Amino acid sequence: MINFNAIYALLLREALIYFREKERIISILISPLLFLFVVGKGLAGSSPVPGYSYQQFIFPGIMVMVILFTSITYGLYIIWDKRLDFLKEVLAAPISRTTLFLGKALGGMLGALVETMLLLVIGAVFVLPLPFWKLLLSLAAAVPVSYMITNLGLTIGAKMKSMEGFGLVMSFLTWPLFFFSGALFDVATAAPYIRAVSLFDPVTYAVDLMRVIMFGYGVFPVWADLGAIAAFCLLTTAIGVSAFGKLQQEK
Amino acid sequence: MAAIKTENLVKRFEEVAAVNDVSLEIPEGEVFGLLGPNGAGKTTLISMLSTLLTPTSGTAKVAGFDITAQSLEVRRNIGIVFQEPSVDDLLTGRENLYLHSMLYGLPRAEINPKIEKMLELVKLTDRAGSLVRTYSGGMRRRLEIARGLIHGPKILFLDEPTLGLDPASRKAVWGYIKELKDARNTTIILTTHYMEEADALADRIAIIDQGRIIELGTPEALKKKVGQDLVFLKGRINETAIKNLPFVSSVEEENGLYKIGIADPARNLQALLNAGGVIEEVEVRRVTLDDVFLKFSGRQIKDDAENNGIFERIAAVKTTRR
Ligand SMILES: Nc1ncnc2c1ncn2[C@@H]1O[C@H](COP(=O)(O)OP(=O)(O)OP(=O)(O)O)[C@@H](O)[C@H]1O
Ligand SMILES: [Mg+2]
Repeated sequence: MINFNAIYALLLREALIYFREKERIISILISPLLFLFVVGKGLAGSSPVPGYSYQQFIFPGIMVMVILFTSITYGLYIIWDKRLDFLKEVLAAPISRTTLFLGKALGGMLGALVETMLLLVIGAVFVLPLPFWKLLLSLAAAVPVSYMITNLGLTIGAKMKSMEGFGLVMSFLTWPLFFFSGALFDVATAAPYIRAVSLFDPVTYAVDLMRVIMFGYGVFPVWADLGAIAAFCLLTTAIGVSAFGKLQQEK
Repeated sequence: MAAIKTENLVKRFEEVAAVNDVSLEIPEGEVFGLLGPNGAGKTTLISMLSTLLTPTSGTAKVAGFDITAQSLEVRRNIGIVFQEPSVDDLLTGRENLYLHSMLYGLPRAEINPKIEKMLELVKLTDRAGSLVRTYSGGMRRRLEIARGLIHGPKILFLDEPTLGLDPASRKAVWGYIKELKDARNTTIILTTHYMEEADALADRIAIIDQGRIIELGTPEALKKKVGQDLVFLKGRINETAIKNLPFVSSVEEENGLYKIGIADPARNLQALLNAGGVIEEVEVRRVTLDDVFLKFSGRQIKDDAENNGIFERIAAVKTTRR
């Protein structure tokens, strides 16, 4: 059912393309860096975590933001693949749709993890000095987080017909997921309606997990963060594989 | 066992029945030509057989596997050259072939030699390291062909494979298709708008129009159905002598131009000329697949031309030219 050679081939394709488009690697970091250095410094709000500045406090959230934006954008990119017919080649290949989905998901994770690494380095140098083991642990935690969000992007990408929907997805899904996650504030002290919505936002748990790793401070217990992320990984795998199963030639 | 067997296959897009009730059986090792005007449903049929589209109704088996229930097994046995280019233009030519080989599970040790062989075949060795984005249309096409062939599939779908190729490349591809059929017994389903290509390659031909197969047979049988080979003669012609020849089926005269229906002109022309009298001009006009195609699928074109048969029109054109 799962063909590892094929997954390797799909991942290799994404890697080749990813490292060839260097502008994209940089450009995707621009908004998060604006948040980190302009909002983070400019707002100069108070940090809910004692001993850390507001800029340092939002750093874990910005890291999740990088994963969120990279992964969703990547997932939606398969609309291009569909339009330009590249997808036909892989749809006609003797690989199951599960294999195809996992290969694509791994390709998305690769991009997200490279961006995360870049941000961690920038952060460690300019914002929040962290011991090496915490950097590694953050990167490890980024793995399931990027997986679940790539899955979400791929599922939407598989369902969408044209790139026109890209902006809609960004406005109605990606930004709300980001803002309600508590990346820029503490969910524990937020207004009740924000808190209520954030409970249903998977990104909330990702941000919380990163804060636990970096500051030892979290709103939810670690097991709740991990449980929510694991559940969302499973759920998005299921809907993603099903959406890919229904993929047909477009033209 | 038939390589491909379809039963009442239908594909509807909203109101259009792109493929309408197609039942076919294609034996192993056959080169099967699919001819038809634009929009006839050729690509849609191939898309269903290669499991890229699910049929609206009907069933089909490819290599003995059901296209909906066993699509993965079907895909293990086929190769496709798509009508629309689908090579990845963010990768190089060689990378395209390498990834394809991996996806199709070729043994690692075989991959590189095969890639070089296919690049050689389609004359892309020199440019194999460039991004496909920088290729010309014909080069992309050739890469696409190399990719469809590299894994040595049992059944091969070629959707207008030589579209946009220069004559030399086209001949090279023809040669390779013949070799696949002869040496490997590959079953090949070929669509093309080049009638000479169909004539040179196909064992049997189906004419498809508006989603339906309207004619099916060997190229020879189809040509016979459309009409017979003609010889036009001009000069002082001995009409009775010609009429008595056993292989002559009809003689018509118009303004001194004789139109003679003849069987097997390749063999009988000499005898006709010997018996014909003093001949000033000779023209042989064999029935081609063009005629077959026009007759069976060129309804609009034909209707415009005052409903005459194709040969009357050709003769008319010829006489007015003289
Ligand atoms: N995805 C689609 N959605 C709607 N209609 C479609 C779709 N694909 C094909 N059709 C319609 O189905 C019919 C058959 O199309 P198809 O591409 O199979 O023709 P074809 O024989 O391959 O033509 P050509 O020689 O131009 O390649 C056409 O009327 C076309 O408009
Ligand atoms: Mg077509």
